[in-house]
Amino acid sequence: MDASGAVPAAGVTVVVGPSGSGKSTLLRLCNRLEVPEAGVVRFRGDDLANLDPLHLRRRVGMVFQRPTPFTGTVRENLRVAEPALGDAAAVTALERVGLSGAFVDRDARQLSGGEAQRVCLARTLVTNPEVVLMDEVTSSVDPSATRALEELGAGLAAAGVPVLWVTHDLAQMRRLGDHVLVVIAGKIVHSGGAAALEADAPASVREFLAGGATHE
Amino acid sequence: MSDIGWAGVAISGLLVLVAVALSLWRQLGLERTIAWAAVRAAGQLLAVGGLLTVLLDPDVSILWSWLWVVAMVVFAAFTVRRRASEVPQVFTLALAAFGVASFVILGVLFGLGVFELEPRTLIPLAGLMIGNSMTATVLVARRLYDELRDKRDEVEARLALGQPSTEAARPYVRSALRTALTPQIETTKAVGLVILPGAMTGLILAGVDPVDAVMVQIAVMYVVLGSAAITSTVVSLGVQRRLFTRDHRLLPTPSSNG
Repeated sequence: MDASGAVPAAGVTVVVGPSGSGKSTLLRLCNRLEVPEAGVVRFRGDDLANLDPLHLRRRVGMVFQRPTPFTGTVRENLRVAEPALGDAAAVTALERVGLSGAFVDRDARQLSGGEAQRVCLARTLVTNPEVVLMDEVTSSVDPSATRALEELGAGLAAAGVPVLWVTHDLAQMRRLGDHVLVVIAGKIVHSGGAAALEADAPASVREFLAGGATHE
Repeated sequence: MSDIGWAGVAISGLLVLVAVALSLWRQLGLERTIAWAAVRAAGQLLAVGGLLTVLLDPDVSILWSWLWVVAMVVFAAFTVRRRASEVPQVFTLALAAFGVASFVILGVLFGLGVFELEPRTLIPLAGLMIGNSMTATVLVARRLYDELRDKRDEVEARLALGQPSTEAARPYVRSALRTALTPQIETTKAVGLVILPGAMTGLILAGVDPVDAVMVQIAVMYVVLGSAAITSTVVSLGVQRRLFTRDHRLLPTPSSNG
């Protein structure tokens, strides 16, 4: 990975690129699940290396490609993020991701992929992150859940929580992206507004964009 | 007091011939293995007996017995490394685990005067303790390593929520420790009903009053239970420290797809 670029502090920034290009690594660097071999990752001007990783991870929330429900009920899952979470707050957290409060007592491992992924988002939002990283969160859920998650991402951005959304799905990029970063072979080869993307981008990027969806 | 003598040993060897004969009859192909195992066991035990005779001599310093205990600890750590070779630096961890367990258990047994500290008690008790906690040590090391590798997604999701690594690893450490200790607990429960343990059987055969033999056996069971719990806990903490960085990242493991 040899990338240099900036993510705007508002809206949905879509990170797009072929599989294995380093999109996920970029997010993992932002959440500090990995550290750069060289170079600096900054969040609001601060070098991540100088920040407490545990505190940073709560400021920069992350939802993963595959839903990761923990053993136990949905309530227990939410309490992993916030041990003191009361029932009313748990219901609010679920409603925020479009699930009914009745889900609190459900076994998190018995949920459908789409439901589990929403619970994972709710779990992340319980920590009140300043930014949310979404790493191909729709790659293992059905189309209706995909739409729902996209709307939740856009909704977060509209509510003032910027979203960094990784996908290899160009249609999704066009639906969601306020800003687009194109990552190819470990480099950010293009960064710009989504509207002008196709026109502005260099030839290599246009070629990738014309290639349609790539498969992971 | 029963002293079976060399004749007794030779006659009991007839039973090995029975095993060999059965292997031949059922075409198991195990004759050589059985014979070799029997000869090897006799050789090893005779060597140990000879060495014990030397060490138990009142004129020989107990330091030699302590040296033997150290050798047993090192040998056990090697065995753990062989059986859990995928776990990084497991030899050092096992060494630390058996060391801590020896310190605590021998400290209680001799420090509080359960047994009198002499070669005759030190060597067998240390041997029982180390030998019987090896399986639990191997189990916990392998199980925890596998869990943290296979459930990497889950562990990282916990870390991403801001949990410290010890907290994020807790459910997996717990399950690995339970898995490793359960067989020993089950054995402890079945003792006397299904299992007549070796130490007690040996004492009774040697003519010791059964109640005295039973008391020794109870102490031995507690020793084994305690030492399995100590060694597996030390190893689980060590594996955890090896797999996470100080800044709460889960290190990549060879066959993970992270």
